[in-house]
Amino acid sequence: MDHVLTARTLFGTTMAFHIIFATLGVGIPFMILLAELLYQKTKDSDYALMANRWTKALAILLGVAIPSGTIAGVQLSLLWPGFMEVIGKVMALPFQIEIYAFFVEALFLSIYVYAANRISPTMRIVSLTFVAIGAAASAILITNVHAFEGTPTGFRIENGQIVDVDPWKAFFNPSFAVTATHVVLSAYMTGAFTIASISAYKMLKNKHNERIQLFHKKALMLGLTVGGVFSLLTAINGHESAQLLHEYQPEKLAAAEGLFETQSHAPLVIGGFTDRETQTVKWGIEIPWLLSFLAGNRFDTIVVGLNDFPEEWWPPLFVHTLFNAMVGIGMFLLLLSIVGFIWHRIRKQHIFPNWFMWTVVTAGPLALLGIEFGWIFACTGRQPWVIYRMMTTAEAVTQSTNLGTLFLLFTSIYVFLLVAVVLVLRSYFRRHPIEQHLPTHM
Amino acid sequence: MTDELIAISILWGFIFIYAVMATMDFGAGFWSMVYMNRPQTKATKIANRYLSPTWEVTNVFIVAIVVAIVSFFPGATFMLGTILLIPGSIILLLLTIRSAFLVFSHVAPKYEKVLVYISGISGLLIPAFLISVLPITHGSFVETVNGVSRLRLDRLFTSPHEYAFIAFAITSTLFLSSLLLADYSNEANEIEAYTIYHRDALIIGPFALLSSILIMVTMRNEARWLYDGMMARWPWLVASVILFLLAGGALFLPSWKRKNGRGMPRLAVVAIVLQYFCASYAYGKAHLPYMIYPNMTIESGFTHPNTFRALFATYIVGFAILFPGFIYFWRLFMKDRRYVANDEK
Repeated sequence: MDHVLTARTLFGTTMAFHIIFATLGVGIPFMILLAELLYQKTKDSDYALMANRWTKALAILLGVAIPSGTIAGVQLSLLWPGFMEVIGKVMALPFQIEIYAFFVEALFLSIYVYAANRISPTMRIVSLTFVAIGAAASAILITNVHAFEGTPTGFRIENGQIVDVDPWKAFFNPSFAVTATHVVLSAYMTGAFTIASISAYKMLKNKHNERIQLFHKKALMLGLTVGGVFSLLTAINGHESAQLLHEYQPEKLAAAEGLFETQSHAPLVIGGFTDRETQTVKWGIEIPWLLSFLAGNRFDTIVVGLNDFPEEWWPPLFVHTLFNAMVGIGMFLLLLSIVGFIWHRIRKQHIFPNWFMWTVVTAGPLALLGIEFGWIFACTGRQPWVIYRMMTTAEAVTQSTNLGTLFLLFTSIYVFLLVAVVLVLRSYFRRHPIEQHLPTHM
Repeated sequence: MTDELIAISILWGFIFIYAVMATMDFGAGFWSMVYMNRPQTKATKIANRYLSPTWEVTNVFIVAIVVAIVSFFPGATFMLGTILLIPGSIILLLLTIRSAFLVFSHVAPKYEKVLVYISGISGLLIPAFLISVLPITHGSFVETVNGVSRLRLDRLFTSPHEYAFIAFAITSTLFLSSLLLADYSNEANEIEAYTIYHRDALIIGPFALLSSILIMVTMRNEARWLYDGMMARWPWLVASVILFLLAGGALFLPSWKRKNGRGMPRLAVVAIVLQYFCASYAYGKAHLPYMIYPNMTIESGFTHPNTFRALFATYIVGFAILFPGFIYFWRLFMKDRRYVANDEK
């Protein structure tokens, strides 16, 4: 493997690992906060118990999220010193502000976890709100750096020198708002579906204990409702993201859709694999005109194809598949919530059939997969650039060699931690089964 | 004060705070391993009670340091990133394992012993690697060929200077943490634990001082420019030694808390933190203007002035907002007797 690819693989693996915990670290605090608020409103102690148990799980997840985030942050400088040199000069603000968000999250999480029994209910909600805000703000700010990589503004490179630096203009780069919103909404969606998955699984496994069923039913409904709302919002926002690509990174949109020729009334191709030789998408389903409409809200919108760009600027063509997988999962989850809503509200059925419950069990893992596909699409689709049209990934990479060994080391640590997290979570919740804490009356 | 000086001072401030907090954090992990099999003393419990809520906050500081370097001195980032790839990666791996296991050991008692060993041993290894960054910046281990800088690990690990720093890191970790835990157990009225940590501090203190002298001795040969610079600031070094003696004395004074008790640990902690402050100030001042000798100065690696101004503004706003949070945190975990003296719920 060549040097740049090894470096990308190492960093990509770090991010793929970190994003699981980072996403849950944004999504779960939001669910805990909702459970705490529901408890204060309904005085139903089941919700307090949910908040309590989810917090335990969150503390374990953050035990991995925080160090893996530290790795990601430091590895940026170690593997991409050229990139970080530009970031330091132009786009340092989001990193710096993220530190404050990180502080807020760490301080109040420790307070909520270790001092919960000494502080007032109001302070608990306040602490939790700060944890949720801190987590979301961290995600927003780090995503901002990613947004900047796609739509860099606030500086120029003249004869290799960085000039005309306007750090706030770089901060509010054109894709910041839409991209950051996408990340936060999809994290809330993922957190909610993860809760729904676990609850559905527990309900399937405890068919004969009505009390446990009832507890998990409440969690399931909360998860499905929040998941449904946020999958809808994510979809709407995803549409804006695609229009943003159309405007600012047309070759990325072209690669995502497998479009080679510039045209109006461009078709949307769903599924299939992009073939470089024949310049077509094989085995895809073609819907006429739709891509033009999605890109610009009009059927005669001209969508730029890959052939308008030199081939060395093309992103890898497999991003079409990643893009489809991400959108597909999002649509599927949205559909799932709608079916659940109809079943529960319109058909007034309070017991879901088994096939539905098992489908819900897959929702959490699927949502996480969607996040992974989305990130790989977003970063691979920007190649060969690390900063769009300003700096290539190859220019940014470290001059140190021997990355292969490091890759093996880090990957084994991630695998090990993944296994350890699962074991620890299982061990904890086995020793603290829900029966111990549930009040017997209903 | 120039912009560069303000920036390097903020960076140095972060490093100093992290150094103090991290030595306590790492040391506490080590002590909790050492005294694990003596449950009657509660020495382990004391260490854990301190450690649990603080490690996350401590960890934020290391990210804050990296961000401060990148954002204030992006020019230095390129070189530092290149030469620190290997040591930096080792530190990251150790930190990751340690933090994860610290959390795991609290929720899964089944694995507690293994976990405590891991956090204890890494508690000594991490400071040893972390401090290696300092001798690396002294320049003689960096080789630049055709514009590509490279760290000569072979030279680094055969240098007495490096080993003096490692000895200093380990003894300081143990010294500072045992002092702090002595103070913490004193606050909690855990006499037995206090006696143990008080004794440990007295034993290790002289070794910490000795290794710092060793650093100076080896520096004379390996980084003469820095040695001369530090010696020119001798009043700071003398002050540092005096503060060390003061702390030693404070450990022998009669306690104001208990009759027949010995030692004023709070005074000793303050004196020792001041001692490290003086010594690291002399070191840092002598190190200027070089970030990495002799290629990289704070001027040559400095960020764009516009970015600096924007960053500086966020520092003021950010810490003004955070400050009450820190105070609240401190009161909940360091001052609240209900927490400090509490025997598990």
